[in-house]
Amino acid sequence: MQAPVTQRYGSSVSEPEPATEARRIAALARDRVRFEEEALDLADQVYRVARRLVGSREEAEDLVQETYARAFRSWRSYSPGTNMRAWLLRILTNLNVDRGRRIQRTPQMQPLEESDYYLANKLASSAGDEVLDQEQVVERLSQDGVVHALADISPQFREVVVLVDIGDFTYADAAEILDIPIGTVMSRLHRGRRALKQRLAEETLA
Amino acid sequence: MTLDPCERCEELMQEFLDRTLTDAEWREAETHLSGCDYCRRRYRFEETLRRYVRLSAIERMPPGLMSKLEELRGLDART
Repeated sequence: MQAPVTQRYGSSVSEPEPATEARRIAALARDRVRFEEEALDLADQVYRVARRLVGSREEAEDLVQETYARAFRSWRSYSPGTNMRAWLLRILTNLNVDRGRRIQRTPQMQPLEESDYYLANKLASSAGDEVLDQEQVVERLSQDGVVHALADISPQFREVVVLVDIGDFTYADAAEILDIPIGTVMSRLHRGRRALKQRLAEETLA
Repeated sequence: MTLDPCERCEELMQEFLDRTLTDAEWREAETHLSGCDYCRRRYRFEETLRRYVRLSAIERMPPGLMSKLEELRGLDART
């Protein structure tokens, strides 16, 4: 996220002369307004991630407001032309960790399933079907079930799954947002998706 | 230890769906999938499941939040 100082908004190329000072201030104000517009256009996408990282709608709203307050105050540290959505999400995930807001649940007792097809296999065997059509499997799930299953996996895994699978961030973006190596993103993502499927299977078959 | 072709195909699946495989790995998966109904079905299941999870987990911004965010504009100028 760090960018060379010369690329930042409001940085002067040369010493401003007093006569041009007013123009410089006006340009800075325009840059700020442009930044704010661009950031607000992303609010729905920022909220979507926030909502799945915390336990309630109210907390998500608070978190998004705090994120925008911080973003608007420190807009100069954003490098124009870089990924603003990732920049905002980095602020958001840091605030979320600072506040200890991440949904904390009891860690899973069962060891994680090794197969990516755990859910399909479980549902298929419960139905007595040798081969289960994928639409039939999905029909047995519920949207609430997905939301609960997602809230139930450990925060470390959930963060990555939410960023990549709900927020549509790339591995590289998620790595930058969470300040962890790409390899860690990938392993948490894979384990998180498996944990999610395990939860879904437990909920659906309970 | 070498994996059987279907196990290898499962190993490649997550990154296949994330579109992060190398060209060689992508070709390897495609070649196997073109001749393996079982794995094709597996991949389709995973893809459908991902879409469903996404659809279920996305919640629109509550009405009213946008105007609260609008009110925060200009914070930098005021502080």
